[in-house]
Amino acid sequence: MTLSAERVSRAAGGRLILDGVDLSPRPGATTGLLGPNGSGKSTLLRLLAGVLAPASGVVTLDGRPLDRMGRRDVARRVAVVEQQADTQVELTARDVVRLGRIPHRRSWAPASAADEEAVTDALRRTRLTAQADRLWHTLSGGERQRVQIARALAQQPRELLLDEPTNHLDLRHQLDVLALVAALPVTSVVALHDLNLAAMYCDHLVVLSEGRVVARGEPAEVLTADLVAEVYRVHAEVTRTGPDDRPHVRFLATLPDRADLGPDQTGLGPDETGLS
Amino acid sequence: MTSAEGAETAGRAASGIPVARRVRPVWLPAAGIAALCVSVALAVTVGPADIGVADVWSVIAAHLGAGTTAGDVSPLRDGIVWDLRLPRTLLAAVCGAGLAVCGAVLQSLLRNPLADPFVLGVSSGASTGAVLVVVLGVGGGALSVSGGAFLGAVCSFALVMLLSHSLGGSTDRVVLAGVAAMQLFSALTSFVVMTAADAETTRGVLFWLLGSLGGAGWPDVWTGTAVLAVALAVCLGHARTLDAFAFGQDAAATLGVHVARTRLVLLCVTALLTAVLVASAGAIGFVGLVLPHAVRALTGPGHARLLPLCALSGAVFLVWVDTLARTVLEPKEVPVGVVTSLIGVPAFVLVLYRTRRYR
Repeated sequence: MTLSAERVSRAAGGRLILDGVDLSPRPGATTGLLGPNGSGKSTLLRLLAGVLAPASGVVTLDGRPLDRMGRRDVARRVAVVEQQADTQVELTARDVVRLGRIPHRRSWAPASAADEEAVTDALRRTRLTAQADRLWHTLSGGERQRVQIARALAQQPRELLLDEPTNHLDLRHQLDVLALVAALPVTSVVALHDLNLAAMYCDHLVVLSEGRVVARGEPAEVLTADLVAEVYRVHAEVTRTGPDDRPHVRFLATLPDRADLGPDQTGLGPDETGLS
Repeated sequence: MTSAEGAETAGRAASGIPVARRVRPVWLPAAGIAALCVSVALAVTVGPADIGVADVWSVIAAHLGAGTTAGDVSPLRDGIVWDLRLPRTLLAAVCGAGLAVCGAVLQSLLRNPLADPFVLGVSSGASTGAVLVVVLGVGGGALSVSGGAFLGAVCSFALVMLLSHSLGGSTDRVVLAGVAAMQLFSALTSFVVMTAADAETTRGVLFWLLGSLGGAGWPDVWTGTAVLAVALAVCLGHARTLDAFAFGQDAAATLGVHVARTRLVLLCVTALLTAVLVASAGAIGFVGLVLPHAVRALTGPGHARLLPLCALSGAVFLVWVDTLARTVLEPKEVPVGVVTSLIGVPAFVLVLYRTRRYR
């Protein structure tokens, strides 16, 4: 038992963002959350973090509904790395990582040896020990993202939620960040845009489209030309040429938007249509 | 704090990349307390009436029930020291401490480096309340100037909360609602003064609006101290929570902070403290804006250290500024708010200049 969303829905501005989504990430594994912009990935992560409450359905942690748990208790279990974090405060990398100990400390208590150990350990695991005393605004995008991951690790979570952590990073740093996340012994849920990165680093994929789950399973089952055409409106070729025979997606052309087509047309030949 | 951080003072790492420049010696708070005691002790001996240092201290010692009786000091001089100078100096310390702490808390909470205790419209509301009492005689004599100021401050804070809540409740909405209330109440104050006040009253009101510790009495000192103590305790209890706001409200929420509750508690506490201080001393500007930035540059951003040091340095700062204000044009007095602003505006520009390079 771990973090689990059951039939969660959430609307904003009269539009349904999530429509009865189930998600039960496998403990210890890395689950990739895919889907076009506006498909509900970020909202789902925010529901899982307990920052937003579902309009219907329930998010549970070890079987207990999140909204019946204290915020601090949730923060000791579930850590979040956002797409982009910024601050005007003059913090060092170590200061930022120390923020991760807040849920573990009482209001007036000074930092314990265990707190400092968790911070040092998180810096070491993210290979930031040498940069620990650098100021946040002097760090590169990749370093900042690693500092945020170190901060999340200092929370000593069992569940880690990441919202497009590779955004704004160069190629090398994208691979670094995802390899780091995939190697962590925690249950992680990562929202991603890049299908090939998802195929390389995730154990399990969940694809959202217009607030509903349209596919889930291992990368090789999920990532098919049909799915890419249906969900992203992109014509693609999928081969098993990634590392460890994982799928690799090669994009060929965009397909017309569904709104531009008649009711019985998908822009594909008859044997290529649809998903079940 | 570990010993490794004890002397974390290096300006630049070997690579030439700037690292944190911080002074974190344990003696800093102790030095602040000592500086405050010395400042108060010196400030009470300074003034237009020519009273010797020894006489000043024998008066204070006598009133504290220690040492010899004040038999050799005339009742007039006794009154000057005990009923004018000492409460005034102590109120300066309380106001400086309170305004600096409010400023530091609001800057972190609203994530706005230009926030100060008056961003919630409290000072302009207080001015309107005071002007209504002084000029229009609202309350029929039952309401003192500071009573009216306090009521005005509470009304304008309530308006800001109501407005920001109905505008969506995000931090920038709070700041915008505060600015709106500030404009509204300033206009009301000017309207009342321009239409109803005579020259003499206008002068009195203006002096109050610019901030003055001249009317300080013991009741002001006791009320201010009590509210400051409670507010400081509440803010220190939230020190780590305030640290969590560094990356915004959502990030704070994922670190286990009840964002809405924390914000409500801290906004109410800082507004209450500001209202009490403004009611007794007028709107003394810039202490709450500038001091937190100066202290943060010294201690680093951790609120558990920042807040007490803000309180101490704010107290020392205002004690000396007030001493300057009442002596520089002797026997005339310069409103203390004018002096703080003359020092504050260049510092304000410096803050803008510093934040510029992060964007």
